[in-house]
Amino acid sequence: MKTTFDSPISQEGKQYSTLNLGPTHPATHGIFQNVLTMDGEIIVHAEPTIGYIHRAFEKLAEHKPFYQITPITDRLNYCSSPINNMGWHMTVEKLIGAELPKRVEYMRVIVMELARIADHIICNSVIGVDTGAMTGFLYVFQWREFIYEIYEELCGARLTTNVGRIGGFERDFSETAWRKIDHLLKELPKGLKEFEQLLVRNRIFMDRTINCGPISADRALQYSFSGPNLRAAGVDYDVRVMNPYSGYQDFDFEIPLGTNGDTYDRFMVRQEEMWQSLSIIRQAVGKLGKLEDKSTFHADIPSFYLPPKEDVYNNMEALIYHFKIVMGETDVPKGEVYHCVEGGNGELGFYLISDGGRQPFRLHFRRPCYIYYQAYPEMIQGAFLSDAVLTMSSMNVIAGELDA
Amino acid sequence: MSSALIFTTILIIVIFTITLVIAMYSTYGERKVAAFLQDRIGPNRAGPFGILQPMADGVKMFMKEEIIPDMSNKWLFILGPCIAMTTALMTSAVIPWGNSLSIGGESYSLQVTDVNIGILYIFGVVSIGVYGIMIGGWASNNKYSLMGALRASSQMISYEVAMGLAIIALVMMTGTLSVKEIAAQQSGGNWNVIYQPLGFIIFLVCAFAECNRTPFDLPECETELVGGYHTEYSSMKLGFYLFAEYINMFISSAVISTLYFGGYNMPFIARFISDPNLLTLLGTAFLFAKILFFIFFFMWIRWTIPRFRYDQLMNLGWKGLIPLSIANIFITALIMWLTGKVS
Repeated sequence: MKTTFDSPISQEGKQYSTLNLGPTHPATHGIFQNVLTMDGEIIVHAEPTIGYIHRAFEKLAEHKPFYQITPITDRLNYCSSPINNMGWHMTVEKLIGAELPKRVEYMRVIVMELARIADHIICNSVIGVDTGAMTGFLYVFQWREFIYEIYEELCGARLTTNVGRIGGFERDFSETAWRKIDHLLKELPKGLKEFEQLLVRNRIFMDRTINCGPISADRALQYSFSGPNLRAAGVDYDVRVMNPYSGYQDFDFEIPLGTNGDTYDRFMVRQEEMWQSLSIIRQAVGKLGKLEDKSTFHADIPSFYLPPKEDVYNNMEALIYHFKIVMGETDVPKGEVYHCVEGGNGELGFYLISDGGRQPFRLHFRRPCYIYYQAYPEMIQGAFLSDAVLTMSSMNVIAGELDA
Repeated sequence: MSSALIFTTILIIVIFTITLVIAMYSTYGERKVAAFLQDRIGPNRAGPFGILQPMADGVKMFMKEEIIPDMSNKWLFILGPCIAMTTALMTSAVIPWGNSLSIGGESYSLQVTDVNIGILYIFGVVSIGVYGIMIGGWASNNKYSLMGALRASSQMISYEVAMGLAIIALVMMTGTLSVKEIAAQQSGGNWNVIYQPLGFIIFLVCAFAECNRTPFDLPECETELVGGYHTEYSSMKLGFYLFAEYINMFISSAVISTLYFGGYNMPFIARFISDPNLLTLLGTAFLFAKILFFIFFFMWIRWTIPRFRYDQLMNLGWKGLIPLSIANIFITALIMWLTGKVS
């Protein structure tokens, strides 16, 4: 038999083997490659490769009017696309200086927190699958499915939602949507508890995840980590609190913190965040009930928000605005803005430069996955192959967001 | 040809068929049990309740294109699954499936052959099974397969030690290596598990490891090693590997039932039924009930808990189970000495 690889040799003259983890490997949950130098089961060195699904989003965005960029953001972190959509809307609203009614802000909070729960459900249950416990995954996945049904009710789509418009929502939440949200608030805690009983104090699960892929708070900050991965390392940074947007300052919630920054801490932080998100949604529903305003679903910015079709046909002003928006004739202020939201797995930022034209002059996405993946080789050095797989899934690196 | 030989031939064919059918339906059972535990429906398209699913799977396996990688060692690549399948089927020869039947005044034992070293035979054959996996994994010339094979061989060798030591305590107690004798000694509800609880637990854990079942399914864990040692296999050769796993599970359950749970012996039933043939057949049914329970137990565990990491597995084997099983031997010896069973 021929050997087709020439492997690196260590200083002691030991021959290492090279293992290609990816680009298509069941553990990567996406398309990225890791060239691992292995000493038996132990990883000596890791060389990550990215770009397998690079779709040139930032360049693409320079050729699209503002409202057509929303579908692009769907495809960043596709596990929590509503948050990306909302982040983009808010960035443009910041640029044009739009003031949003409270009702719209709270509706956005509900959608974003639903997306956070859906995102964390995927991440945590996939940690379970990667340790070999498939059952918990299916227990909570039916609730993610239910959240997707709520999305469907809000905007008609499930995965790439394209929900909301610049200035608000395309339509009000329907009766069914409210009913489904109520049902979720009532039933999801049961599902989450069941899932926690399966894994949280499970001896094998704890052995597998504690001290697996740890990162210190210092290192995490140096890499500019954010979101659950940073909080698991013990730094209490959350964009929703540090730099509130969309009315988050009106809500009362806790930021869970870990201590070691290992897989178990990341798992627990996400688990607790789901409970906090549920409480935020509950508060938002309550606040919406108390508001005087029961029907506004968009801000009053006629030059950016498309008028209803009926008005376009019967009303001259609406027709003019419709024409101006579609043809890109609305004036956009010159300037640059940065807006960030607490995305599913970290600070999702949009850096937008406008030269007054209908498209952005330059748009940059601050993608948390891109940052986490840089730290990945360091985190898995000296670990077992099984740990590498778990570390990857616990950081929730999504290929779509990594490669943009 | 003597009637005994004819009977044995029939028995071999019957056992062979039953083993295959049970292994086949274990795949269906596994999917249904998984569905039950995971709040799903499971296969329900092929036939009523999906009971034709295993046939459909078998047909699918045969119809698939057979791929042998260019760089593989072709002869060994084919040999691997053959060894796995053969050894899996060989073990059933020494298991006493029931007491004896008397037909026309002659009594026939429901055991293919009563080797006086039956337990050693089982261990020997099971050990050869490792070669099937090792050869298959190595011959594929794929790093994932190789790692799966390495994991499988080190795991099975480590856990065989603890398993053997657990059995030694049992052998000390029963004073025989013949499986039939051990089964016969447990008549009247006198099950070995009562006297050897620790030995039973160690044996059970090792049986899981020997069968490559969760939480010890590292050789084929799909999230790390793609498919483990059978990554490169396709068609019925893959089917053989998967099938061998289910046969091993069936045989393990049979061995556990026979060694620790009284085998074909039914307590209290003998008082009510006088026909010895009926009693024997009922005993066989009782044994199969126990076997099916253990197969269910295997599946139940698989769909409930996560799997170990490689080093944790080795720690558990060498630092946990082996000292425990040695302690079990000493405890057994001490009790035997104190109760005067040994001079």
